[in-house]
Amino acid sequence: MSQDTSPLADDVLLAEVAELIVSALNLDLNPSEIEPDAPLFGEGLGLDSIDVLEIALVVSKRYGFQLRSDNDDNLRIFSSLRNLAAYIARQRTK
Amino acid sequence: MSRVPLLGHASLDDIFAYLPAGPTTVRRFLATASALAKRLPAGRHFLNLCQDRYRFSVGLAAGLLDGRTSLQPASQSVETLRQIQRQHADVFCLCDGAFDSLDLPRVDFPDLSALGLEAVAGIPDIPGELVAVTVYTSGSTGLPMAHDKSWGALVRNARAEASRLGLLDGARHTIVGTVPAQHMYGFESTVLLAMHGNSPFWSGKPFYPQDIVCALQAVPRPRLLVTTPFHLGTLLAADVELPTLDRLLSATAPLSRELAAAAEARLAAPLEEIYGCTESGQLASRRLLMDAAWLPLDGVCLERDGDRIIASGGHIEGRVPLADALELLPDGRFMLLGRNTDLISIAGKRSSLAYLDHQIRAIPGVVDGAFFQPDEASPQAIVRLCAFAVAPELSERQLLARLRQRVDAVFLPRPLFRVESLPRNNTGKLPRAKLQALYESLRQKPRHAPR
Repeated sequence: MSQDTSPLADDVLLAEVAELIVSALNLDLNPSEIEPDAPLFGEGLGLDSIDVLEIALVVSKRYGFQLRSDNDDNLRIFSSLRNLAAYIARQRTK
Repeated sequence: MSRVPLLGHASLDDIFAYLPAGPTTVRRFLATASALAKRLPAGRHFLNLCQDRYRFSVGLAAGLLDGRTSLQPASQSVETLRQIQRQHADVFCLCDGAFDSLDLPRVDFPDLSALGLEAVAGIPDIPGELVAVTVYTSGSTGLPMAHDKSWGALVRNARAEASRLGLLDGARHTIVGTVPAQHMYGFESTVLLAMHGNSPFWSGKPFYPQDIVCALQAVPRPRLLVTTPFHLGTLLAADVELPTLDRLLSATAPLSRELAAAAEARLAAPLEEIYGCTESGQLASRRLLMDAAWLPLDGVCLERDGDRIIASGGHIEGRVPLADALELLPDGRFMLLGRNTDLISIAGKRSSLAYLDHQIRAIPGVVDGAFFQPDEASPQAIVRLCAFAVAPELSERQLLARLRQRVDAVFLPRPLFRVESLPRNNTGKLPRAKLQALYESLRQKPRHAPR
């Protein structure tokens, strides 16, 4: 896997994406409660593949790019809020 | 003993499937299945966990060649694997990626790309009575209930579906499926249609809308997209440019007229639906925009027996009572009035409230518990379950972690309410109306505790 040399997601984007997740999924929690490095799936926030599609939809509209799962990046992108925000920072067109 | 061919193809040079590397022939498929069969352990039962549709199909065929049964549970949770291991001590897993197979014997799909194809002489026959697949429903006792499917019946089902959809004659359609090969609908409408429905599939399982676009671009027309209302809704909502589609097939939940109309308008292709259940296999089809009534597949007979509807005939083995409420029309068609409220179907995965209730109550530390499906439907027909638990000693996080060991992630409650007691009536039952009222009262309260 190549070294991650792209800009890290800043705190503003982190907060924005947390807000996006909470509103897209109608979650019963405050966005600031999503720990940036905790897993989004399984033990952490407990998201599943339906959630991922719903998040992908709002992310693509908000940031102007389509997600792809042609490699194992998919698991890494959604492994934590920080990784998702970093991926958005690299891919966004708006 | 009747013999039923492994594949319905006329020629060994027909295209069986499209892989990222290009089309692959029936000849190569057979050579690969035969080579894989030689590498499988002695066990008669296996869990085919291959994510790739082609590798899944090769695994199925390799199993059939030696009379093995493919076990296809609705969930692959730790608890399910343990139950299967208890029932079938000889079970092994066939995997093509990361999967926690616990301590079960495991075969990782080998690289068989350099195989010689000279040894393939023809399409082998399989005993029609062989239990090719065992699928599981959630049952009401907490134990998954096994349903055996013979190879002969599966092939008859696939041919009835292909015939209904008009796939057996005329141009050969290429299938792109968004549903997994292991689940009944995906199994019937991608794997079996490729084996006996004259319709090669794309080996991948596209996930994001852009993945679906790329998969469609990778295969020739005419193209058939096999999907669910949820995936279809997401695809339409995405801002992507879609390649030409020729046919659409949906199942798992009835489409709304709104979604069906939007899909046919945007994709300029007829959208058909398949109705069936795990117990009976596929029963009927319809094109909602033409007619809301369902037309049974050829040979399938539905009749009323007291409160229940019984399905028989055609590919159906025996007489199978249906859980759903149907209104039979004089001309043999029927209206689907409602699905059994106990059955839960989320994104192609099925369970029942009774089963889920049993699972939450079986967690040590849970005094009482119940799952509940609130009365609100989203436009894409996605229901989310919630659950109530009386568990004074357990945190919400602990409860969820333990549930996750037992049930598939799509059935995890959202939210999970910890309560002091459940509104049981004096016979110990939990009236739905009382659960709905409890849900609404708890829903009002702001909850900002970490999940």
